[in-house]
Amino acid sequence: MKFGVIVFPGSNCDHDAYHVISKHVGQPVDFIWHRDTDLASYDAVIIPGGFSYGDYLRAGALARFSPVMNEVKKFAASGRFVLGICNGFQILCEAGLLPGALIRNRDLHFICEHIFVRVETSDTPFTNELKQGAVLRIPIAHAEGNYVCDDATAAELRREDRIVLHYCDRAGHATDAANPNGSRDNIAGICNRERNVLGLMPHPERACEDLLGSSDGRGMFRSLAATLAAVA
Amino acid sequence: MAWEERNLMKAKVYVTLKPGVLDPQGKAIQHSVELLGFSEMSDIRQGKYFEIALENSLGEDQARASVTRLAREVLSNPIIEDYRVEIEEA
Repeated sequence: MKFGVIVFPGSNCDHDAYHVISKHVGQPVDFIWHRDTDLASYDAVIIPGGFSYGDYLRAGALARFSPVMNEVKKFAASGRFVLGICNGFQILCEAGLLPGALIRNRDLHFICEHIFVRVETSDTPFTNELKQGAVLRIPIAHAEGNYVCDDATAAELRREDRIVLHYCDRAGHATDAANPNGSRDNIAGICNRERNVLGLMPHPERACEDLLGSSDGRGMFRSLAATLAAVA
Repeated sequence: MAWEERNLMKAKVYVTLKPGVLDPQGKAIQHSVELLGFSEMSDIRQGKYFEIALENSLGEDQARASVTRLAREVLSNPIIEDYRVEIEEA
């Protein structure tokens, strides 16, 4: 199995993702420059966090027009796996690969802290090694993480079991107080209808080593690796 | 050189958050406005404004069609924002 980490001008979590894949998943991984258009050799791509194009216009809005994104759309349509983290989630929403949008945090601040998320479904390639209801302690670092969508989309996400992570408190309760950014229904991560594209605001790649305060993010990468091992 | 001298049309695009979409920046501005004593001002919403130069030969209808497409596909995110296009002929 081979992973790719897409690099836009302004990406800054690309090395973290690369490190986790090479060190903890133990699989080959390449950086993919945003002008590259050949994804044929990859089984999964990660769109990392950062500030692609300086967040100009809207977070993720300009990255959508990078040449690699057309290929990412085809890659996703072919059933291969796409994981968008933080700015990567914003880019996937802007590109129409995931529904909804991410707007300015309710309290305006850039928030950088460890929060708790609850795994809502094990039925994704990114969470199949995790238990439904598991509470993970993972950092967030964003100013535009406030997930919005219309009522019909929210109902569809619920009905199709596509809300993968909710912000919650330590005990796993998705309360308003545990919602760091004002996201609709405490939504922290969603997948597409085909379940092979996941976007999330928290940074599991920054939570893979106890030295960094938590290794709760490893389960998602372990899940993706197990998925790829099974389909290979 | 000024737009008029170069014989360019000017398009103006206003992008605003849809009603009901939270605008925390507008709220923060509102708070400052209240501190200044402007109690008669309410509901401040922040938006974006773009100016675009277009070849005059394009004609107003084509210019409007092109800029509207740009506004819809790039300048705004239709999930959260509305847009309005104005064309000023040279």
